[in-house]
Parts: sequence; structure tokens; C-alpha cells
Amino acid sequence: MKSSVITFPGSNCDRDMDVALKKFGFKNNMVWHDDNELPKSDLVVLPGGFSYGDYLRCGSMASKSRIMQSVINFANSGGLVMGICNGFQILVETGLVPGVLLRNRYLEFICKNVFVKLHNKENIYFKHLDKDVLKFHIAHNEGNYFCTKDQLKEIEDNNQIAVYYCDDKGQIEDQFNPNGSIKNIAGIFNKKKNVLGMMPHPERMIDQSLSGEDGSLFFKNLINNIK
Amino acid sequence: MLVNEKVAIEHGLKENEYKRICNLLKRTPNITELGIFSAMWNEHCSYKSSRLHLKKLPTKGKKVIQGPGENAGVIDIEDGDAIVFKIESHNHPSFIEPYQGAATGVGGIMRDVFTMGARPIANLNSIHFGSPQHKKTKNLLRGVVHGIGGYGNCMGVPTIAGQTSFDSSYNGNILVNAMTLGLVKKNKIFYSKAAGINKPVIYVGSKTGRDGIHGASMASASFDDKIEEKKPTVQVGDPFTEKLLLEACLELMAGDSIIAIQDMGAAGLTSSSIEMASKGNLGIEINLDKVPCRESKMTPYEIMLSESQERMLIVLENGKEELAKKIFDKWNLDFAVIGKTTNTKNIELFFNNEQVANIPVNALVENSPMYDRKWKKAKLPKRNMIKKNLLNKLKIKDILKKILTNQNICSKEWIWQQYDHTVMGDTIQKPGGDSGVVRVHGTEKAVAATVDSSAVYCWAHPLTGGKQVVAESWRNLISVGATPIAITNCLNFGSPENEDNMGEFVECVQGISEASKYLNFPVVSGNVSFYNQTKEVGIKPTPAIGGVGLIKNYKNMISMDFKETDNLVLLIGKTEGHIDQSLFARTILDEKNGPPPEINLFNEKNNGESLLDLIEKGYVKSAHDVSLGGLLVAVSKMCIKGNKGIKFKKTKNLMNEIEYFFAEDQGRYLIEINSKDLPKVSKILDKNSVYHEELGIIIDKEMIINEKTKLTIDELRSYNTNWLINYMSS
Repeated sequence: MKSSVITFPGSNCDRDMDVALKKFGFKNNMVWHDDNELPKSDLVVLPGGFSYGDYLRCGSMASKSRIMQSVINFANSGGLVMGICNGFQILVETGLVPGVLLRNRYLEFICKNVFVKLHNKENIYFKHLDKDVLKFHIAHNEGNYFCTKDQLKEIEDNNQIAVYYCDDKGQIEDQFNPNGSIKNIAGIFNKKKNVLGMMPHPERMIDQSLSGEDGSLFFKNLINNIK
Repeated sequence: MLVNEKVAIEHGLKENEYKRICNLLKRTPNITELGIFSAMWNEHCSYKSSRLHLKKLPTKGKKVIQGPGENAGVIDIEDGDAIVFKIESHNHPSFIEPYQGAATGVGGIMRDVFTMGARPIANLNSIHFGSPQHKKTKNLLRGVVHGIGGYGNCMGVPTIAGQTSFDSSYNGNILVNAMTLGLVKKNKIFYSKAAGINKPVIYVGSKTGRDGIHGASMASASFDDKIEEKKPTVQVGDPFTEKLLLEACLELMAGDSIIAIQDMGAAGLTSSSIEMASKGNLGIEINLDKVPCRESKMTPYEIMLSESQERMLIVLENGKEELAKKIFDKWNLDFAVIGKTTNTKNIELFFNNEQVANIPVNALVENSPMYDRKWKKAKLPKRNMIKKNLLNKLKIKDILKKILTNQNICSKEWIWQQYDHTVMGDTIQKPGGDSGVVRVHGTEKAVAATVDSSAVYCWAHPLTGGKQVVAESWRNLISVGATPIAITNCLNFGSPENEDNMGEFVECVQGISEASKYLNFPVVSGNVSFYNQTKEVGIKPTPAIGGVGLIKNYKNMISMDFKETDNLVLLIGKTEGHIDQSLFARTILDEKNGPPPEINLFNEKNNGESLLDLIEKGYVKSAHDVSLGGLLVAVSKMCIKGNKGIKFKKTKNLMNEIEYFFAEDQGRYLIEINSKDLPKVSKILDKNSVYHEELGIIIDKEMIINEKTKLTIDELRSYNTNWLINYMSS
């Protein structure tokens, strides 16, 4: 299985994602933001970081990078595109997934372990996962997901919510919402579910010596689903 | 502008220093030259009051590849790998403008590390604020934490450990010390020594603006009422540009184009160019028209003294300009050939086709002033007689609650949760432990790092305090299973022109020196920050020590959380009941006098090495050193982290229970072992003559001190976690 990780100026989780994808069997390419063409890929990942310093709206500059046109074409033709953290912010700026990401509600960067509950498994990312609640890790300043009422209705009608912030038992309540996201949303799909944007970092949970191995479950399952 | 003595004094120079300049040049300097002298000869850059004493520090060792004098120190961690590390202060700017001051402190220290070819792999910090009740404290704390996070998070370097304290002596002068560790191959280390004549001198990174002019001079003076006016001397950070600069420099360093490289930190282009020339025993010629400027009509004076961030100066091999330019173009960074190395041994500056400065390099460096300041030796204070009947009135539970809630003991999670501590995917011990630990990427090795200071001990008796900080650093590394290798120090003091402050400096350095010699724990880099003083009031002497150690197999790392019920808890090291200068004495008894606990370096070494032996043999399940707050506080933290309790054995000790639990005697550790291993562990400790005692047994979720004194772990946790959160949200 081939994957591509895009490096934007200011990306800083690109190497971590490369390590994770390779660890679970992907043959990964690092792709420069200024390239025209994506190499042949089964999965494209927009990694975390501070693309272009995030001095404008987070992700907005990166969404206009040269490579993004081929990423958008790839997504529109059904290709798998996953945006993690800053990658999620870039995805909302391209319009591939709906909504926006605002500053965290307490106006502070948050780095900690969180639990997320899978909303539906009828998609290539989460199909066949045994667990419903995963322990992931967040590290962001702008992860407060927001959308209009109409958009929310559409998202819910189309089953586009991917994961919610919750506690270890899967209870979705405001006290387990680290950043103020509407409905505790931690990640969403596009309509066709081939594009996933998610604030938590599965690539930081890929071995026992780190905070846990639920990221390993996620990647193992993902590559099996793609095969 | 005409230069005379008055102008020189306005530049922070002393009368005799100005005379010295005129003598060295055999003429009156012009204004640009005067600016350059003032930048090179201020305390921050010249170490004129400290140099004499810093020579006493042990700086060599088997594992030392590079000691002080370079951008950072370098130590060997085997297999061809090396760690580059250093700590640096950014105290003065952080008080004036906390966000930018702290941010650029972090940016500056990371640049020092990647200048040497190392990719930064961990950040740490030691930050000190005034009394929580002081009107500025909350905003300063918030600003500093946001600044450190803002820069480090954007760079994608994890902040893995730190230290925060509050003390009214910092009301007018907060301390912000930032430390970075980088990883490099031993054969790919870059130095700042220029070599060869007619080699191109390259400027890369951000453009030069008017920010930070005289930043280093500002950091070499005390504060007064007009400190707000000093805001323009604070630099403005751009972590995004620094991230690009990091990647571009490392890309260029992969080849063989670079002869010497130096970041533009304090005193900007001035100190970087002079340092490279001085180390290479060369001259340097710079055409200031070629320097990329952010603002128009900048004068030579401003260009040379700007402290704009994210800039580097490189001496390249001839003919490598195109290749280098291509890399910097790719990363959208400015690149300019601004001059060349020469054989004149002078720094020559040109602007608009005119020579605007011509100074012998050795006049600026070797001939810079050095002072043997007057200093006063501190007496060891007399011990207080603590009345036993006073202690008997106190309840252990009340004291423990008060101490766990104390601002200097409580959990600092509110702070470190704002730092990305997991990026790079190798952080195996997060902040809140004895040391932060990161794996050496792709290997079985891990590096542990800690930063410590004990201003109260140093204030009470500088010589003992200096030793104690080194010992504490050593213990914190051993507690996670790391073999201590070397330290970096950030020496924060008041005015060296005051005999008491200077005495504190001299004796703290003496203490650091004695301890690091004895423990074979050399000093490989560091920084001195004097004039942490507002009007006549200086801070408590605060040398901060950053220690680094190696764990050969990261799977053998130890953490402090209690692991399993029915395991035994042992106390290593003897408890003598030293109460003076303890947190207990200061917060419960309101007793501020007396000597700090004594440091017995033999015991430190013996206890520490014996513990490492136990760890290597696999007996130790968890470990924690006993420091500020004493034994019961240390046990509480192990309970809270592990969510497990402890039942104390009836103590055979004859001393008062309160003294036993809250004394701050040094050289002590708590360890958890399996009860079946007790005979073997005892045998090893006995053989090494290490005092130890059985403290208790791990149980579920309750701390049982005696039949009358019991606390749940949830209680302990709530005392410990809430103070800072409540303070910041009130």
C-alpha cells in the first residue's frame, strides 16, 4: 500500500506520520508542497504542524499550496485523504470537509491524552475496529470545531461525524470536551467518507512506551481495510 | 554623531572602559564602533565580572566532546551519537514583555543548538515568578507560558520538563531560563571557528529590523521606574521562520559546504561576526549594504546592533554559494553574501562605499575588561532550636495538606499541558516526573534531562546551595534510571557591583564546582545573568542547573508512580530531621532563618550509584528522590501518580514524627521493590554501606500513616492539583 505525506513549510508532524505509516506497512512518500503532482497513492495524509506559521487562519495558506490542487482532485475522485490536526484545519479551508476550527474555548494550547468515541464504522477508516472508544492524543490551539445549524443538520443526516470526545467509557459530555467543539466533535468525514479530518493524533500512540497503543490499532486496521 | 565620554556612559560603558577603548584604538571611536564595543563589553556578552570565577568549574570529562566556549556543550552518548545542549536566560526581556521575551528565549537557545548541526529533540525551562499575590505575577506567568509554548510548539520540539517557582524576591525581576537538547552525529558537529582567507561570509534567515537594538545592554543593567520605556529593546520572535531556518541549515549541513556557522543572538551581527573571526584568528570584512533589511534607511549602527531573531552567519567554502542559495531559496529565506574573511585580524565594515568601522578583533575579545569584583563570604547561619512542644501541637494531615497545596509543590500541569510534549513521537517520560525522557530516535537509547534550582538554600548559604542544586540534578536523573553525564548552568544573580550579591555568585559557583567535580558531572555550557535587580533589591541567588543523562535501553526507564500493591517501599539515605530552610519551616512555622540541609557528597555519590546498580539489576519498580517538602510529600506524589496508597510501617525512629516526615535532608530516594527481592536489595545496599529503611507497603488508594492519620489518594490529588488552576482562573 502506498501513502503520501505532504510537507508544508511549518509542518512538524510529517516525520512522525511517516514513521507511523511505515511501521504498519505503508510504503510512504514525503511530498513537497510546491510539487505539481501527487505520486500514485492509496492514502494521502496532511500532517500536523503550523503550516506557514498559521499566521493567517490556521491552514488557509497551505490550502492554496500548489500540491493541494492534485490532493483535491484525488479526493474528489474518491481517493483517501486524511488530515490530522493542522491537516484537519487545511481540509476545512479547502472545503473538502465542512465547518471551521476556532481557537480552543479557554484560549490555551492543550496537549494531553483524550478518549474519542467512534460514531460510525461504515467507512474505510474505522470498519472492523474492535473498540468503540480509543485513547488518542491532542496537541492544538485551534481545535474548536464549529459549523452552522444547517451544516450540522446536514452532517448529522449524512452520518459525517467520525469521532466525538468522550470519557474512557464512551460518555459524550461537555466535561470531556477539551476545546469547546460543537457536539464534542473531534473529527468529521466528507459526504462520501473518503476524506477524514481529525484533531487527535493517532501517530503519537503507536507503541507501549508512548501513552498507549490505540494508534497502532487504528493504523493496522486502516491498512487492512485498504488492502 | 560625536563620540565622547558622556555618549559612552549612555551606552552603559564605564569611564575607564571608554579610556581603554581609546587606548586600544589609539583614537576616538566613531559611533558605530562605540556601539560595537558597548555590545561586546557589556556583562551579558563579555562575562567581565564572572569570567574569573567560571574558570573554577570542571569542564572536562571522558564523555565531553565540547565544553564551554562554543554555541553549546556536546557530550558523547555512544554509537557515534552526541547530545548538544545548553541553558540560557531571557530574564530581563521577559519581565518587560513576557510573551515575546520568553518566546525569543526559547528560539535563541534552539538556534544555539542547531547551529552546531544538531536537530533539537527536547526543550526544558526553569521559570520563576514573584509572590502569587503580587499584581503582576499572574499576567507574567500567563504571558511567559504562552510565549514558551508559542515558540516551542510551532517548532515541533517537545517541551519535556521544567520547573516553576514563586518567591517575592522575583517580584520585580522574573527569571526565564530555557534549555534545549539536540541530537547530532559525532562526526557532523559544526563549530563557530572560521578558517581560511577570502572565504565568503553568508547571511541567512530573517531580515534585519530595528528590533532588539541594545537588548544585551539592557540585560546588563538593573531595572528602575522607567522600565516600560525599554520595551523596544525586546526582540520579536517568528517561530515559523526559525522552523524553516532549522530545516534549511540541516539540509546545508548534510553536505560539506560550511566552514563555520554562528547564530545571531545577543548583540546580533556584531557578536556573531567577531566571534567567528576571533576563534579563527582572522579578520572579517562586511559590506553592510548587502545585509537584507526589513526597514529602510537603517544605519550601520542599527544594522550591527539589531537583535532581530532567526538569523545566521555562515562562512562557506569557496564556490558553494550557488548550492547554498538554492537550499535557502527552497525554504523561502533570505540569503546574501555580505563579506569575506581576511588576514587583517580586524573587523572592517563598509557602507555606501565608505569604511564605517575598523577595529582589531582582539581589542574586542581578548582585551575586553575583566573584573575581580569585591565579594563577601557568607557565614553559615546558626541552627534554630525548634521547640518540640510546638511541633506536638501540629497535625500531620494539616501540614501535608498545606504543603501539597503550596505554590512551589503543587502540580504544574496547567503549565505543561500548554506545551506540546509529545511531538516527535519519542517522549517516554512527560513533564511532572523527576526528569523528562526522550528516546534517541530509532535506537534503544534514551536521554533524560532535568532542570533544577533551590534559591532558598542558595540564599541561606550559597556554598551549600550551589552543591545542592548539582546533587539534586544528579538525583533526578538517577531516579529515572539514567546515568548522569554532564550539566549546563544558568547563573541568575543580582548586581555584581554589590558585594553581597557578588559573594553569592562566587560561593554558588564554588559549590557547583565542588559537587560537579566530586560527582564527575562536568559543566559543558552555560550562561550568566547578573543585574536581576530592581533599584537596590536583587533576587535570591538562583543558579539553575540543567542535567543530562543516558539510559542505555529505554525499556529500563523508571518512573515515580507506584506500580503494584503489596510491593515494598524503601527509603534510601538517612533522615536526620533537618528542618531549617525546609518548606515546612517556612510555610508552617514561618521560620525563614537557619542553614540549609548539609550536602554530603560521599553519600550522594554512593547512594546514587547504588541505586543505579539496583535499577540495572531490575529490582526497582518505581523511584523518586526526596527533595523540597520532605519525605511525606515525595510519597504523596508517588501515590497520586500511581493511584495507589501506602501503609507506613511503625517507625522505630526516635525523632519527632513531624521532623521525620518533613525534614529536607539530602541524598535520599524512595524506591518500590517486590517484597521477595528485599533480601537481595538489602544485601547490595548493606555491602555499599548505604543507609536504608523499610518505609511501608503499597496498598489500594489510601495513605495510612498511623491508626489516626489516614488520607485517600483522591484527597491528596485534589490538594495537589487545584491550586494553580484556581489561581489562574481567579
